Amino acid sequence: MTNLTLDRETFGTRVLHGVGGFLRARETGILLALILVIVITTAKNPNFLFSNDGFRDLLLTPSLVMLLAVGQAVVIITRNVDLSVGSTLGLTAYMTGRVFIDFPGIPIIVVFLVGILFGALLGLVNGALIAFAKVPALVITLGTLYAYRGINVLWTGSDRINASDLPKDFLALGTARIGPIPVLTIIALIVLIAAGWYLRNQRGGRELYAIGSDPAAANLYGLKVTRRVLVAFVVSGSLAGLAGVLYAARYGTINSQAGSGWELDAVGAAVIGGVAIFGGSGSVWGAAIGAYLLLTINRALPILGVQDFWQRAVVGVLIIGAIVLDRVLALRTTKKLAEARDNHND
Amino acid sequence: MTELTANTAVMRTYKEYGRPLWQRILFTREAAVYGALILVIIVASATVRNFATPITLNYLLLDITPILLIALPMTLVIITGEIDLSVASIVGLSSVTLGTLHQGGLPIEAAGLAALVVGAIAGAINGFLITVVGLPSLAVTIGTLALYRGLAVGLLGTTAVTQYTEFWKDLAKSKIGGTTIPSVMILFVILALVFAILLHFTAFGRGVFAIGLSPEAARFSGISVERTKFILFVLSGVVSALAGIYYTLRFGSARGDNATGLELSVIAAVLLGGVSIFGGRGALHGVIAGVLLIGTLGSALRLASITSDVINIITGTLLVASVVSTSVLAWVRRKRIRPGGKKPGSAADTKG
Amino acid sequence: MLFHTSTRSTRRAGAFAALAVTVALVATGCAAGSETPAGETGGDANLAITFVPKNLGNAYFDTSDAGGKEAIEEFGGTYDEQAPAEGTPDGQVSFINTLTQQQVGGLVVSANDPTAICDAINEARDAGIKVVTFDSDTSPECRDLFINQATSEGIAKVQVDLIAEQIGDEGEIAILSATANATNQNAWIELMKTDLAANHPNIKLVEVVYGDDDDQTSFDKTAALLQTYPNLKGIVSPTTVGIAAAARYLQTSDFKGKVQLTGLGTPNQLRDYVEDGTVTAFALWNPADLGYLAAYAAKALIEGDITGAEGDEFEAGKLGKYTVGEKGSVLLGDPYTFNADNIADFNF
Repeated sequence: MTNLTLDRETFGTRVLHGVGGFLRARETGILLALILVIVITTAKNPNFLFSNDGFRDLLLTPSLVMLLAVGQAVVIITRNVDLSVGSTLGLTAYMTGRVFIDFPGIPIIVVFLVGILFGALLGLVNGALIAFAKVPALVITLGTLYAYRGINVLWTGSDRINASDLPKDFLALGTARIGPIPVLTIIALIVLIAAGWYLRNQRGGRELYAIGSDPAAANLYGLKVTRRVLVAFVVSGSLAGLAGVLYAARYGTINSQAGSGWELDAVGAAVIGGVAIFGGSGSVWGAAIGAYLLLTINRALPILGVQDFWQRAVVGVLIIGAIVLDRVLALRTTKKLAEARDNHND
Repeated sequence: MTELTANTAVMRTYKEYGRPLWQRILFTREAAVYGALILVIIVASATVRNFATPITLNYLLLDITPILLIALPMTLVIITGEIDLSVASIVGLSSVTLGTLHQGGLPIEAAGLAALVVGAIAGAINGFLITVVGLPSLAVTIGTLALYRGLAVGLLGTTAVTQYTEFWKDLAKSKIGGTTIPSVMILFVILALVFAILLHFTAFGRGVFAIGLSPEAARFSGISVERTKFILFVLSGVVSALAGIYYTLRFGSARGDNATGLELSVIAAVLLGGVSIFGGRGALHGVIAGVLLIGTLGSALRLASITSDVINIITGTLLVASVVSTSVLAWVRRKRIRPGGKKPGSAADTKG
Repeated sequence: MLFHTSTRSTRRAGAFAALAVTVALVATGCAAGSETPAGETGGDANLAITFVPKNLGNAYFDTSDAGGKEAIEEFGGTYDEQAPAEGTPDGQVSFINTLTQQQVGGLVVSANDPTAICDAINEARDAGIKVVTFDSDTSPECRDLFINQATSEGIAKVQVDLIAEQIGDEGEIAILSATANATNQNAWIELMKTDLAANHPNIKLVEVVYGDDDDQTSFDKTAALLQTYPNLKGIVSPTTVGIAAAARYLQTSDFKGKVQLTGLGTPNQLRDYVEDGTVTAFALWNPADLGYLAAYAAKALIEGDITGAEGDEFEAGKLGKYTVGEKGSVLLGDPYTFNADNIADFNF
C-alpha cells in the first residue's frame, strides 16, 4: 500500500501482514457468514450437517451454482455481465440427455467434452457480439437469454428427458462420493482452483482485472482487450455447459425450464462474494463462497422455520447489502488514499 | 457557449443537418421501426388466418398494455444512461398488494391506491440507492429485482388471489364504444402524451437527454442530476405498480410470480424503438412503435400456431440485432468519414 | 443539443407524424374490425378440438391428451394441444384467448385455478366455442361439462388408506402437492384432512408443500421435507410429477424404506421404484380414457347432441354410453391401485 520508507520486513511482520490481509479480506467475511449460518441451522437440527444425506446435500446442491458463479465472476471482473448462463445450462442439460438417448453406449467423458464445447460455443456467440460490435454485455446477454431459452423450448417440444433415459452410471455420478465429498463438488472445486490460480498468477488473468478497472487505459496500454473479453465469455459459457452436464447427472429429469432463473443466482453469488459490479476487483473464491452462502441459506430457511417462499427476498437483501458494503469500503479506501497522498505531499 | 459541446470526447451526432428533411425523417431508426410494423401488419393480414379480425386487435392491445405502460418511464430511465431491471418485480409486488389487501377486506379502490404507493416506495428505494448512495443501477436493480419479487412471493406463497369485483375486472377488459379497442388504451394514451410532453417539450426532458450525453456537463449546466434520476425511478415504480393493477384485474389473478420476465420485453421494445443503451438518444414514438411491433409479431405468430418459444427467439434476436446494427452503422459511418485514416476503435468509448 | 432550436421543430414534426401514423394504424384496426368474423355455418360442425392441459412436459397430460387425440381421429376431427410451460392461471388465459381468435370448435381444459380463467372461457363460449373441463374443474358456471376421473372422495380415500396401511396407521406424514391453486389438488387435500381427522387419529399431517408440478422443485421440496421433519414416516403426493420426483430422491437417500411414499402416479414412471421397494403401492385411473371421454363429450356438445344438462346421454366410442350427472359432471370410473403384483400389466 503506501509504504514510504523501505523497511526491511522481517518474516514475522510478513506473516502478520498476510494474516491481517486475510482477516480483512472481503472473502473471509463471507466465509464467516457461511459458517455462522451452518452453525445456527445445525444447532436447530443436527441432521443438517451430521446426517449422511444432510452433509452430502450441503456440499452437492450449491456446486452447480458455484460453477456458474465462477464463470460469472470472470466476466464481471472485465466489467461485463453474462445473463444467458441459465439458458446455456438448460440447453446443454437437454443436449446431454439427447446425446445419451440418440447415441447409446457413448462414453461419459465424451459427453462431458461435448457439453463443455457446446457451452463454449454459446459463450463465443456472446463474446463475439460484445467484443467485436462493442455493444454492452447487458443487452446482448439479455437477448441471448431469450433466444437460447426459446431454442431450448423449441427443441424440447412438450417432451422431457426422464431419469430412466440416462445410463445408470451417469446418474450415479450425481450422488457418488469420494470419501465424504461428492464427486460433483470435487469437479467444481478443481475448476475453482484452476480459475483462481489463473486469475491471480497468470498474465491473462491479471489483464482481465486491468480491462475491468479501466477499459480505455487498457486499450491505450496495448492489451488485447477484444481477445481477453472473448475468452472471458467463452469461459463463462463452457462453465455453464459443464454445469448443464452435471445438472443432468444430479437431477435426471430435464424439461425445457431447466436452469431458468439461475443467472440471477450466479450474478448474486458473485456480487455477494465481493466481485465489484463495476469490474476490476474481486476473486472467484469470493464468488464460490457467495454461491455456497446463498444456497445454504435457501436450504436453512425451512429448518429455521421461515417459509422458503422468502428465500428470494433474502437473496435480494444480501445482494443490496453486499453492494452497499462494497461502496462504503471503496469510499473509505479512496478517503484513506487521498489522506495518505496529502500527508505524503507535506 | 458552443465550445462546451464541441469539446466532449464522445463524437455522437444524431442528425447530420446537411441532409434534406425527407432524409432526416425517413432514414431514422424510428422510421425503420414504423416501416417494419406496417410490413408485419400487411403480411400478417394477408397470410395468417383470423388475423384481420376485430378481436385480434382487442387481445393484442390487452396483452401489450403492461409493456406499453412500463416502456414510457423506462425510455426516460435508459436515456439518462441508467437501467431499471426491477420493473417486473414491482408489477408482481403491486399485484400481490392489491390481492392481499382486497382479500383482507379493503375495498378495491383503496387497495389499488395502496399498490400505487408501494410502487412509489419501491421506486424511491431504487432511486435512493442509485443517487444518494451512488451505486450502479445495474447492480441495484438486480438486487431489488430479487428483493421485490421475493417479497411478492413471500407474501402470497404460490397461491393466487382470484376473487375480485366483477365491475373492476370488466372495466379492465371493456371496450371503447362499439370498437374493439380496450378502454385501457385511453389511460395509456393520456400517460403517453404526458410522458411525450415531459420528455420532448419541457426543460426537464432536455435535462434527461443532457444527463445521458454527459452527466458532468449536465451538472455544470445547472441540472440537478440526482433529483432528475430519483424522480425517474419513482415514476418507473408508480407506472409499474399501475401496470400491476391492470394485470391483476385483466387476468383476475394476483400471484407472486405475475409478470416474471416482463422487464426483458420492456427493454427489448425500448431498445428496438431506437433508444440508445448508452443514453442520450431516443424518442417516445419510436418506443411505442417498437412495443407495437413486438406485440403484433407475437400475436400474428401465435395465431399462426407458432409456439411462443419461437416468438421468444425472434424477440431475443431482434434485440441483439437492433443494438448490433446501431454499432455497425456507426462504425461504417466512421470509416466513411475518415477513409484510410486511423482505426475507429482506438478512440475508446468511455461507456460500456 | 441544448441550443439548436431547429431540433425542436423537427422533433415536433416527427411527433405529429408519429401521431398521424398511429391514428392511421388504429383506424385500420377499426376498419378491419367492421368485417364480421366468419361464423359457423349451419351444416358442418367445427370439430377442431384443442386440449389445454395445466402445463406442457407433464407425462400425465401427455397420456391423457394422446387418448383425446385417438378419439378425435376416430371421429374425424382435428386435434391440437396448447399449454403454458408452467402451471400458472394467467398462462392458460393467453392460450385460451388465442384459441378464441382462431375460432376452434371445442376446448378441453384442465384448469390451474377455479376462477381465474373463467372470463377467458366465457369469452370463448360467447364466440360459440364449447368448453369441457377435465381432471381439474373450474366453477360450474364457466364451462359446459366437467369430466371427472373419479369422485374426489374416492381419490382422497384411496391415498389415505394406502399411506395408513404402509406406516402402520400412526406417525407423521406430509403432502407434496402440485400448484397451490389447482382445483383438484385443493379438493383432494381437504377431503384427505377430513378423512384423517375422522378415521386416523394417530396420524399427524405436518405440512403441505407445493412442487408446482415441476420436477426439480418437487425434488428439492422432498429433500427439504426430509431434512426438516426427522420423524417423518410417510409422504403422500397426489400428483404424478411430484411422486416421480420424490421417488427419485428417496431412491438415493438414506430414508429409502424408512419413509413410505404413495399418491397418484403413472405405472411407467414408477415401475423402477416399485421394483426396488422405494414405493409399495400407489393409485391412479387411466388418463388415456379420461382424455378419450373428454374428446367425445366435446364432440357431442359441438354437434348439438347434448347441452350439458343433467340426464343428457352421449356415446363415447369404445367406452360406451355415459350420462351427465349433477352440476354438469361426468364420472369416468373408480381409482385403481397399482403395486408390485400388477404393475407389469400396464403401459402408460
